[in-house]
Amino acid sequence: MTPILLIEQVLNGLQSGITLFLMAAGLTLIFGVMGLINLAHGSLYMIGAFAAAAVAGWTGSFVLALGAALAAAAAAGMIIEMVVIRRLYDRDHLDQVLATFALILIFSEGTRWLFGSFPLYLDVPAALSGPVTLPGGILYPSYRLLIIVIGLLIAVGLFQLIARTRIGIQIRAGESDREMIAALGVDISRLYTIVFALGAALAGLAGALVGAIQSVQVGMGEPVLILAFVVIVIGGIGSIKGALVGALLVGLTDTLGGVLLPLLFGLFMDPSSATTIGSALASMSIYILMALVLLFRPTGLYGRA
Amino acid sequence: MRRETILNTLLYLAMPVAAGLAFVMGETFLITLITRAAIFALAAVGLNLALGLGGLVSLGHAAFFGIGGYAMGILAHHAQTYTPIMDTWFVLEGTKSMPVIWLVAIASSALAALAIGALSLRTSGVYFIMITLAFGQMFYYFAISWPAYGGEDGLSIYVRNDFPGLNTLDPMQFFALVFAILSGVLWWMGRLARAPFGLALSAARQNAERVETVGLGPFRLRLVAFVISGAVTGLAGALFADLNRFVSPTMFSWQMSGEFIVFIVLGGVGRLFGPVAGAMLFVLLEHLLSPVSDFWLIYVGTILLLVVLFARGGLIGSLAGREVAHD
Repeated sequence: MTPILLIEQVLNGLQSGITLFLMAAGLTLIFGVMGLINLAHGSLYMIGAFAAAAVAGWTGSFVLALGAALAAAAAAGMIIEMVVIRRLYDRDHLDQVLATFALILIFSEGTRWLFGSFPLYLDVPAALSGPVTLPGGILYPSYRLLIIVIGLLIAVGLFQLIARTRIGIQIRAGESDREMIAALGVDISRLYTIVFALGAALAGLAGALVGAIQSVQVGMGEPVLILAFVVIVIGGIGSIKGALVGALLVGLTDTLGGVLLPLLFGLFMDPSSATTIGSALASMSIYILMALVLLFRPTGLYGRA
Repeated sequence: MRRETILNTLLYLAMPVAAGLAFVMGETFLITLITRAAIFALAAVGLNLALGLGGLVSLGHAAFFGIGGYAMGILAHHAQTYTPIMDTWFVLEGTKSMPVIWLVAIASSALAALAIGALSLRTSGVYFIMITLAFGQMFYYFAISWPAYGGEDGLSIYVRNDFPGLNTLDPMQFFALVFAILSGVLWWMGRLARAPFGLALSAARQNAERVETVGLGPFRLRLVAFVISGAVTGLAGALFADLNRFVSPTMFSWQMSGEFIVFIVLGGVGRLFGPVAGAMLFVLLEHLLSPVSDFWLIYVGTILLLVVLFARGGLIGSLAGREVAHD
């Protein structure tokens, strides 16, 4: 394998890692602040992608499509927070799992009813459809590079939001002592709605960004949701930094494992069984990574014990 | 008699009575449908030991269901193609015998449950949910990317496997077999819940520290419960594969795990017959609603949401009151 190909795969791994981060950041914030496990986060990802595909279909503008994805996912997040999720904060995890599982059924079937069972396609904008030349003569699709840049900007923005702003202080205070900040006069239910909508908007954005590379279809959110869970288990619940590190680790392991493992087995096996065994093992690699982290740090890399 | 006991008796009799009626009317499709409900009930009864009694919300039980299914699929596939499973060191043949298949299904899903449980029981609460879900998904992707047994397309078995003395292709006889297994497992689970092990497990759910103080290890109790729970769900998987004469990676899908939990909660968490009631209700809803609309899962989702938010205690809880025998 040439170094250029390897660098390309590393960039692909970064790109999938950064989209995972957008999902995992929202999930981990929601868990950290409200103590809620939200299975319907994948539905918000799907809503973002469908909103983007629909708006791109009407207007032809990719920027408007991204705006629509953010708005639709945030609105959906706000509505389900106020109607359903709010009643689940002081319930046990089993009730939260079930209620949000029910939301997945409702959202998935509702979307199928509105848009049909066939996948929609969201095109990469023309200006970004070509490759860009990176230092060293590496050609890389400019759209994927844009995803990496947007994701990193959002990560920086999120860290700033949490470290520097008033709402960030409230979020951190909410994580450590809910009753106390309510007693200090912070409108806790408004804070919860904002955090939930923020997480939803990030998920929707991720869905729209990825939707332009893959197809936009019902059920697209849940595989990503489960990967985001792996990220959170690795990074530690409630930690944004853990979500970033975990997401990049998972993205890189998944992408590089798929390429390198078949090659590795090819060194001492015939090519066809090397591909079979290599790709079957690669499909398990991130879960093995998760198992290793669990063995040594059951609360995740950045989790509090 | 307590109202729950009466209700349990009615629930228990509902399946054979309904199957008998369907048999008299010659509606073989309905018998198959009831068999399906009985198998789902068995899978959920298995999960209920971990979830209801042990308080372990496993969102990955489809892994064991699928392993049981593939145990049947792989053994029967080799038997029907007359190829050995392995001939490198010693020869291992496939089989069409149900009892052997069940043993293999139970052993292999118990082994998987031991590995998954040993890792995920190091954590608790929401971590446990996420980790079991992730390991379940790992088996799903593995089944898809492993081409030897059909990959994404799954495996078809032409003839249902054999059980000594029965014609398993006859729907009524197959139902009787499944129902006998379900009855045996329910009886065993009822005893287990009242045995020292079940009481200690239940105590560990309510207060792990106290259980530890009296010298019992909550980790070991939970691990044993998780292994038994996985093995029962694995057995249900083997039966499910035999019912359909088909296995595919969808048996491993996370939706399957979610549905098992739904059965338990629709019926009533921690109640012996909760999963039976829930599985029957779910299959009934599926049967009644799917002709009405292609999007019948919307209704199921709405009903589930309302049950979780407003009717805590599930079907049995609503009908029999909130008292639970073993709490």
